[in-house]
Amino acid sequence: MNAPHDPSSVGAATAQKARFTEPLRLRGGAELPTYEIAYETYGKLNEARTNAVLVCHALNASHHVAGYYAEDKNNVGWWDNLVGPGKPLDTNRFFVVGSNYIGSCFGSTGPASINPATGKPWGADFPVVTVEDWVEAQRRLADRLGIERFAAVIGGSLGAMQALQWTLSYPERIGHSIVIAAAAKLTPQNIAFNEVARQAIMTDPDFHGGHYYEKGVVPTRGLRVARMIGHITYISGEAMAEKFGRVLRRGQPGFDFDIDFEVESYLRYQGDKFSSYFDANTYLRITKALDYFDPAADYGGDLTKALARAKAAFLVVSFKSDWRFTPARSREMVRALLDNRRIVSYLELDAPGGHDAFLLEDPRYHAALRSYFANIEL
Amino acid sequence: MRPDLKAIVQWVPQGARVLDLGCGDGALLRSLWQEREAPGYGVEIEDDAVLACVANDVNVLQVDLESGLSLFADGSFDCVILSETLQTIHRTELLLREMLRVGREGIVSFPNFGHWSARLQVMLGKMPVSETLPYEWYETPNVHHCTITDFEDLCRRIGIKIRERLVLHDGKPVTLMPNLLGSLAVYRCTHG
Repeated sequence: MNAPHDPSSVGAATAQKARFTEPLRLRGGAELPTYEIAYETYGKLNEARTNAVLVCHALNASHHVAGYYAEDKNNVGWWDNLVGPGKPLDTNRFFVVGSNYIGSCFGSTGPASINPATGKPWGADFPVVTVEDWVEAQRRLADRLGIERFAAVIGGSLGAMQALQWTLSYPERIGHSIVIAAAAKLTPQNIAFNEVARQAIMTDPDFHGGHYYEKGVVPTRGLRVARMIGHITYISGEAMAEKFGRVLRRGQPGFDFDIDFEVESYLRYQGDKFSSYFDANTYLRITKALDYFDPAADYGGDLTKALARAKAAFLVVSFKSDWRFTPARSREMVRALLDNRRIVSYLELDAPGGHDAFLLEDPRYHAALRSYFANIEL
Repeated sequence: MRPDLKAIVQWVPQGARVLDLGCGDGALLRSLWQEREAPGYGVEIEDDAVLACVANDVNVLQVDLESGLSLFADGSFDCVILSETLQTIHRTELLLREMLRVGREGIVSFPNFGHWSARLQVMLGKMPVSETLPYEWYETPNVHHCTITDFEDLCRRIGIKIRERLVLHDGKPVTLMPNLLGSLAVYRCTHG
């Protein structure tokens, strides 16, 4: 945890909101008449406006990338180990923007926001949003902040899909794309996990077809199970074995259905924590955004053709213990980039953290990002 | 710079697209870019070397050469380089074929096990240790040592045509009895 006086912390962060009144036409056909994007920035935009880096977040994170809130010093940004003065993504050199995706429950317009047409929360009526839609919204935020071109866009997992999509939606407006623990599309197995999570939520009696806000209830049971399933896929089997083993909480089997093994306790804890702050309607939508992401789909499944538009230089990073998005999925992207003769480096690190390794501080991983950012010419 | 690398830089045409297999810290790729404006990628498996490449601003791909070059399309490079890496490869024949699948031309360098000092050490009952073979037997990453004659026999057998050969010792070319007096061999080859 970063103490307030830590010189490598960006310090107290301020969440801001940008309001947009130009309707956002979504890939699914619906339109958001107006919307807000929550964001934070760290460092200073240089005079030439060439040092901006966009950090895209994954499933359950937000625009709070680094630093802490003055009123809640324990609320440290989700990628604080990477972003700060002297850190690999050095805020002395770069102007870092963290933006919250549309559909979130952390500040940007989402299912819990008020639908201007009805005066009530959107709930189930909030449209399904996609990675392409998020990039479009981020592009408008960039315009608002006076950023013509990002020096880099970086993300892990679902965030990395946005970093990739940026090179396709706005090839002229991104210098480097840093794609970590990602895939250019989900496998049927990935989609299956997402569907189980959605079913857990939608079959919770408190879900009420997504209109639970007005009933004053929350489908916490569904969210808990959804989070447990997700969590299993984020960490590797080895990491789980190392962390929990088969340790029995009560020293011996209870021959009942209370918690026996440590891992059960851990999952229940994660599920409880998550369901206390995350919105079920948001969860449904982000899992759909993951499922739908497939830039090659419009090109008969040919990723090489799909990536032909990209002009950015790429750094692709995968982790050997990641079984949610395995290194093979990253190599598919690398191969397509090589076919297109793009500038690309690829790291396949033997880090134990599973999918979540992208959030951890493996020294090789951070050293690579540090060097990569240092070599970006502004 | 290592003497074989100097030779390699001279053999790479201006602006050629280059793939360097087992590229280490990327020094060769940097020289090729600076001296020949030849863009390229390195392939490396060791973490430290990969990190050095990133720091040197060289494109590097962390994949295992033993599984072939499936990342690369047929004929996608002008020149594929394997410098002092051949002797560390288990599946030598596969890799040589793969090199000439993805590249029009291959450049291969390796320490010559036929050099007299290696022969002498073996005669005296010891595994050779020298400037070009710097490891003790129990710590060497090398798995397939060969001599100049061995390599040329293999090329003939698998249909690889040798276009040019440079044999070196102490950085100087050796023309007389190269398999005995040369400690380092560099080849430029193509499909037969």
